[in-house]
Amino acid sequence: MAITNPGSKMNDSWVGIQRGQRVRPWAWLVEKGIFLVSLSAILMIFLIFVFVAREALPIFLGQVSTASGQKVIPVADMEKLTPAELQAYLGLTPRQYAEMDTDTKRTLMEVKIEELKGISKDPDTALNTVAWRQMIFGHQWSGYPAPVYIWQPVSEVQKYNIIPLLLGSLKATLVALLFSVPLSLGAAIYVSQLANPRVREWLKPMIELLAGIPSVVLGFFGLIVLATVLQKVFGYQSRLNAFVAGIALGLAIIPGVFSIAEDALTSVPRTYTQAALALGSSRWQAAWQIVLPAAIPGVFAAVVLGFGRAIGETMVVLMASGNASIVSWNIFDSARTMTATIAAEMAEAVVGGTHYRILFMLGTLLFVVTFVANLAGDLVIHRLKRRLEGKSA
Amino acid sequence: MTSDSRRSFETGRFNFASFFFTGVTGLATALILAILAVILLNVFINGWSGLSWRFVTAGTEKDMFDVDKAGVFPMIFGTTARVILMTIFVIPVGVITAIYLTEYAHASSLFTRAIRSAVNNLAGVPSIVFGLFGLGFFINFLGHSVLDPALHPGHPEIIAWGKPAIIWASLTLAVMTLPVVIVTTEEALKAIAPGLREASLALGASKLETIVRIVLPQALPGIMTGGILAVSRAAGEVAPILFTGAAYYMASLPHSLTDQFMDLGYHVFVLSTQSPNVDKTKPILYGTVAVLLLLTFSLNLVAIFVRANMRKKLRAMN
Repeated sequence: MAITNPGSKMNDSWVGIQRGQRVRPWAWLVEKGIFLVSLSAILMIFLIFVFVAREALPIFLGQVSTASGQKVIPVADMEKLTPAELQAYLGLTPRQYAEMDTDTKRTLMEVKIEELKGISKDPDTALNTVAWRQMIFGHQWSGYPAPVYIWQPVSEVQKYNIIPLLLGSLKATLVALLFSVPLSLGAAIYVSQLANPRVREWLKPMIELLAGIPSVVLGFFGLIVLATVLQKVFGYQSRLNAFVAGIALGLAIIPGVFSIAEDALTSVPRTYTQAALALGSSRWQAAWQIVLPAAIPGVFAAVVLGFGRAIGETMVVLMASGNASIVSWNIFDSARTMTATIAAEMAEAVVGGTHYRILFMLGTLLFVVTFVANLAGDLVIHRLKRRLEGKSA
Repeated sequence: MTSDSRRSFETGRFNFASFFFTGVTGLATALILAILAVILLNVFINGWSGLSWRFVTAGTEKDMFDVDKAGVFPMIFGTTARVILMTIFVIPVGVITAIYLTEYAHASSLFTRAIRSAVNNLAGVPSIVFGLFGLGFFINFLGHSVLDPALHPGHPEIIAWGKPAIIWASLTLAVMTLPVVIVTTEEALKAIAPGLREASLALGASKLETIVRIVLPQALPGIMTGGILAVSRAAGEVAPILFTGAAYYMASLPHSLTDQFMDLGYHVFVLSTQSPNVDKTKPILYGTVAVLLLLTFSLNLVAIFVRANMRKKLRAMN
């Protein structure tokens, strides 16, 4: 077993040396290469965080402001500006800028002046809507009777309050977990403990097949079929809402939660069950009172990982949630999640603009939340397995 | 083991709680399978009328919402092209990482734990974040800030690489499916009888020779399973390619790595959310979903059963 478990001794990877055989230089190079390539997973996690957070950095550092301190630049001064300044002033992408001739740019400058004159009449334009205070707490906009939470990136005064989106994500995720966790756990207990072993060989791959349905198809199913059926059954008003999205989302996370829970239950040593059965308990009693308590951290991990998967799922909620960013605890109201917002609005956001950076900030937030959930779940499972194998955690 | 789970072993006494809860958990299992069946039946019964030879071979020159003329060939082509490209990137990296983890790594070292943890975490990163990563890293950084200035110095107006393209979509998907390939290959490597390695080493082969000549050929079915699973997962993913290469409409098929492409999954999204008349265009929608499911599901079916067999072998060995 020394070879299949190379960790047992330090020098196992250099069998050639141990036998006194000289290691050829190219083999040495190849083995170093293998080692370097194996670092790619770590490198990728690192790059994902760095390059998603990088685009959002100005927001985190408070370097961006939407307060219209934007100066009105007379058309005559156009030549004095550098191309980069002019491009930023007119709010163009580099590509658009490159394609325009000087006359078009001059016309745009005139339009811009008119635009700035119009905006400066609204007192809200003086606010910086991407300050943390504006993004998290409610604000009483001019014309509103009370403080409100509004996500409205495309308007004269861009409003970036993330509370409606957080609430939308949480609502859909909560429904998904309430629907899928009991089902998956029940199935995991049945498949791992109660089912006839010959049936089990069939059941497990069958349930895993659900994972083979792409999320866009689940979104389509939620939008076209589930939405209509559920509205008839429950009789609520808006056809697409957090409830429909949550149920469809639940379908997406069932295979994952089931697999992890089933795995945890199966890793409880057979002897536990056998001892319980020998003492006269029924199969159910052994499963419920002996195996499940032993595997409970694994079950917990399955739920945590399911949460991470649900909050990060995009296409299902984009298609089935209705996408209205309203603040309401009612699950039968239309909802807009963080993921759906990124997916729906990135196409219209100007690269490098405020809206673009805010969407990357949402992405960073999602990355951090799912990363923590994964790490926690991973750690719990690792400890559980070690304990069940009889090693100290 | 195969006895009736509702009765106690010794007494044979009927236990109501056991009967009840076995029924409830069994029902949960049945319900999941029923949902799976309903989705598949719904798609294939409704999709059958939309499927035809013309539908899968025709393009969408005129109008993609025209029931009589619309076809999905450009989407099938785009999806196939992007997953093939992805496989070229992900298989070597994934397999080599798995080789390191099973054949070389020190099982309990902090370093190995870090790699495994990174693999697990990579599998849990939301797909839309991969999309943002593709946009921020591949397009804005690699394409726009590195490749374009390097290939066309002095011509900032030329944007060849710094825009959504099939190569960037494939690379993004390769990063996303890396954990699938690593985990499956690792399983395959572990399922090889240790005696084979020992025999090879005993005959004087070096460790590297043993891996290349003995271990890898044995693990080939497992590696292919990993590839199939990765392809099936990637073929249906839409969120990572939204900003990295998928196009709403293209007049011609992509003919270079820097072209955008039409995609089956993205087309399902377009048809179900942007159709001017959902009821009228339902046949195309269901037809497209059926084609997509046939592609991903059949691949998955093969992979799962090969995998189940492999696990059985592994269990028998331990």
